[in-house]
Formats: sequence, structure tokens, C-alpha cells
Amino acid sequence: MASIITISGLTKSYASGFQALKGVDLSIEEGEIFALLGPNGAGKTTLISIVCGNVRPSGGGVTVAGHDIIRSYRGARSAIGLVPQELSTDQFERVIDTVAFSRGLFGKPRNDAYIEKVLRDLSLWDKRNSKILELSGGMKRRVMIAKALSHEPRVLFLDEPTAGVDVELRRDMWKLIGELRETGVTIILTTHYIEEAEEMADRVGVINKGELMLVEDKDVLMRKLGQKTLTIALTEPLSAVPDHLAEWDVSLKAEGNEMEYLFDTRAERTGVSSLLRKLGDLGIGYKDLNTRQSSLEDIFVSLVHREQMA
Amino acid sequence: MSGPNLRAIWAIYTFELHRFRRTLLTGLLVPVITTSLYFVVFGGAIGSRMTEIDGIPYAAFIVPGLIMMSMFTESIFNASFGIYMPKFTGTIYELLSAPVSAAETVTAYVGAAATKAFIVGIIIFATAHLFVDISVAHPVAMIAFMVLIAISFCLFGFILGIWAQSFEQLQVIPMLIIMPMTFLGGAFYSIHMLADPWRTITLFNPIVYLISGFRWTFFGKGDVGIEYSIAFIAAMLALCLAVVGWMFRSGYRLKK
Ligand SMILES: Nc1ncnc2c1ncn2[C@@H]1O[C@H](COP(=O)(O)OP(=O)(O)OP(=O)(O)O)[C@@H](O)[C@H]1O
Ligand SMILES: [Mg+2]
Repeated sequence: MASIITISGLTKSYASGFQALKGVDLSIEEGEIFALLGPNGAGKTTLISIVCGNVRPSGGGVTVAGHDIIRSYRGARSAIGLVPQELSTDQFERVIDTVAFSRGLFGKPRNDAYIEKVLRDLSLWDKRNSKILELSGGMKRRVMIAKALSHEPRVLFLDEPTAGVDVELRRDMWKLIGELRETGVTIILTTHYIEEAEEMADRVGVINKGELMLVEDKDVLMRKLGQKTLTIALTEPLSAVPDHLAEWDVSLKAEGNEMEYLFDTRAERTGVSSLLRKLGDLGIGYKDLNTRQSSLEDIFVSLVHREQMA
Repeated sequence: MSGPNLRAIWAIYTFELHRFRRTLLTGLLVPVITTSLYFVVFGGAIGSRMTEIDGIPYAAFIVPGLIMMSMFTESIFNASFGIYMPKFTGTIYELLSAPVSAAETVTAYVGAAATKAFIVGIIIFATAHLFVDISVAHPVAMIAFMVLIAISFCLFGFILGIWAQSFEQLQVIPMLIIMPMTFLGGAFYSIHMLADPWRTITLFNPIVYLISGFRWTFFGKGDVGIEYSIAFIAAMLALCLAVVGWMFRSGYRLKK
């Protein structure tokens, strides 16, 4: 596959002197879904904004569909649709007008049939004559997606598409993104949630403090990071891990009141049921069970840790 | 895509005119009412006690000044708002990420605001006819003057809208600088009526040259020679274009 976006040595220092990007190199393949994962303030929006033309780079270069984003900005921007993180719309405009406006802004000839298709795909057709201020937040976000798709971009940027969106709409969004990929659109999205990257992406990049810490196929990454912690609340506190439990990776927490077991969700045998059976055999009682996905925080800690070890 | 993005210019231009249409009633009523009030107060009440100025009845004399004053305000207000609002609401992201050049952006926003200012100018001109007989000595020059004034002041308003970071800043320049300069710039009197230190000081006010030039197109004479007026308009246009060009090249207050 050919790469559609090439980012090399990209740096950004804001006027305040804050360095938001510290030399990012990244190549996006045509047709893939790429998830950029990172905590608040990592530099996700900054990175996207530079590629789309909203923020000036301090150093380095970016090409989109073979066009340099500065020297050949028309070519580069024509290929891009952007849905920013913040909801910002022209409140008094009608849905259909604002979408048609976007198409014109990107220099495309009027095409009512295409606009209708976009609005239908996003379940906005019934609302086409409503003013945007009459829509709910989730609908407004879909209007912004419709605007971004109005000019038939080859690349779509979605900056936290599911932030502040309810579970059902989040599912819809995932489905929509999957459908868009079918049409050949390359999608770059940012998120805080591992499950989201897991659900949708082909590849995942993890960014923290302006540095891209890793870029990996999702499957590989999830295998590496798909660990869960099982917390068992014991009825009686234990003073030490019984020898019989040596084959499980367990430890005691909360002064022996809780037992923690780290397991791999993707493994053939997670060891959860055998552990619980063993506890039963040993007569160790428990009153509650809880599993927790490794949080992004855990992942960063382990990534940074691994980097320091290397 | 090659050549200028004409569709984008058209999209922004019609979007802006559409925005004006939403407030059509106030947009048109305000200039008509204001003009009528000025005629009642200045033309009727005060004008009846005033002699002619330069052989022109006072009520007719103030018409060019009135048109200019409203056009200054309209131009600055519409153009500054047109670009300030997207900055304020955040919708500017779309403009910045679109394949649109600086020149195209300015053409569209300034063109739309200037269109509205021009229409307001014509409405005031028509309203004035209800109160006073006026004949225009140089009609073509009058129209050209209105167009140039609308474009220059809309460019100025556009700059203001990019510069402003709050609604207060947006209003402070028109209220504290342009309004007083217009009042002192001979909108309602001839600067020849002033005694000397003031008359010389007044000549440092660029608005004097604009109003005088516009009055020339009506009556064939102004406070200063028409060539000075033309030079001032040209200078203002050039200066505003230069500033706008610099703003876009440097990304001034548009891009972080
Ligand atoms: N205009 C600005 N001036 C100065 N610093 C800025 C500016 N915009 C962003 N920053 C800083 O740059 C860093 C990266 O911000 P950015 O918005 O790219 O993060 P993000 O990864 O998108 O975060 P989030 O997940 O919260 O959206 C942050 O520390 C932020 O405070
Ligand atoms: Mg962000």
C-alpha cells in the first residue's frame, strides 16, 4: 500500500514557548484506519491541526497525497476532510445549507445527489431543513462529519469523534467509520480509549508529551497490552500467598484483604476459572470479583519503563 | 484544481449575504430611520436657521456627509463581524483547512460586506430625496466613490475583525476613533467655517478628504481639491491591502 500522508521531523512550539510536538515521524497508508492514542495534552490535536492547516508547524514537513501542506496547500487540503474536537457550527444556518457551503468552500461543483447521500448516511436527511441550533449535540457532531465529507475527501480526520457521545451513538459512529473505510477513505482518529482503537483501527500510534512512542499494528499491540487485572475481595485476609497458587501470577493487596491476578485476555486460557476453582479447593472464601482493563496510564508507564530499560 | 477557487469565493459571499438577509428588516430600517432623524434635526430644526453653505442649502449640504457616515459604520461593522464571528465561535477551522487563498478569502468577505454597505448608501440617498431636492453633478464619480469607500472601509473592518480578541475591542475603534473623526471631518459643516488653529488641525484628519471628495461628486466643489481626495482613498486602499496581506502571510491571530 502507498502512503497517503508522510510526516517527517514535525515540531511545534506555541507562542507561549511550550513545545507541543517534539519531532514526529509518521506515515499513514492509503485506506487504513489509524488511531492516535494519547492522554490529555499529548499533542494529538496539534498534530492534526498542522496537517489540516489550522496550526503552523515550527519545523519538519508534511505531505498529503503527494502535496506539501505549505507549498502546495490547495492540493493537500482538497484531499482532507476535518472534524475537529470542538463542536463549532453556524447555529443559525440550516443543515443542508451548511453542508453545501462546505462543498463550495472546497471548490467542488454543486452536487445535490451526493449531499443527499451524505445526509442520509448520517441519518440527518429528516433534519436537513432544521437550523443547527435546534439539533442535539450528537446530531451537531454528525453535521460536522457531513461537512467534512461534503467534498469527497480521500482522508478524513476525526478528532475524538466519540467524546461526549452516548453508547448507542458511539456504536453508530464505529459502524459509520467502518462503512467509510469500505469506500476507500483513509481515516485518522484520535481517542483516549483503548477499546475504541481496538474496535476500529488497523494501526495504532501512541503519543505522549509530543512524542510518538510507538506505532504498531493493532493486533500486535493489543496482544502486548491486552492485560487485565482481576481483583478478588477475600472474606478473610491472608498474610501470604499460599504456595498452591504459585502457578498463577497473584499478589496480595489492601493488607491481605484483596488478591490481584494479572492475566492476558487474549490467551488461550486466561487462568481465571482454574484460579477460582483452586481457591474453592483451598477453602479461601471471596465476596466480590472485579476485572479492570490496563488503563492508558498503565500502558504509558509500561512503555516508558520499557524504553528506559532498552 | 487549478486557478483561483471561485466556488469558494462564491460560497463565502453568498453565505455572508445570507447572514445579512436574516437581519434584513433592521438592516434596512436603521439607516432609513437614522437618516430621517438627521433630516428632522439638522435639516429641519437647525437648517432652517442656517444660511446656505457655499451656495448649497444646508439640508442638501449634509446629504453626502450622512451617506458617508453610515457607509463608514456599516462597512466596518459588517466586515469586522464577518470575520470575527467565525474566530469567536470556532467555525474558522473550516476556512483555515480549506483550499482557499488569502486573496480569495478577502475578496469574498470584503466583497459581501461592501455590497451591503453600498446598498445602505443607496437607501440613504433615496431616503434623502424624500426630504430635500438634490441633483448630482457627477453621478458616475459618485457611484465609483461609494464603491471605493465601501471596499476600503470593509478592508479596514476586516483587519479590525482579525485583530480584535473581544467584542469590546471590536467596537472600540469604530466608536472612539472613526465616529469622532467623522463628526469632526466635516460631515455636517464645511471646514471653512472653522477658525484657524482648528481648521489646520482638521486637515490632519483623513476623513475630511473622503467626505470632501464625495461632496464634490454632488456639488462640483468640496473643502479640498478632488485630487487630494482621490489620493487619500488610493492610499487607504493600498495600506489596508498591505496590512491584510501581511496578516495572512504571518498567520497573524488566525493560525497558532
Ligand atoms: N494555542 C496554544 N498555545 C499554547 N499551548 C497550547 C496551545 N494549544 C495547545 N497547547 C498545548 O499543547 C499541548 C498539546 O495540546 P493538544 O491540544 O494537541 O493535546 P491533545 O492531545 O489533543 O489533548 P486532548 O486529548 O485533551 O484533546 C497541551 O499541553 C496544550 O496545553
Ligand atoms: Mg485534542
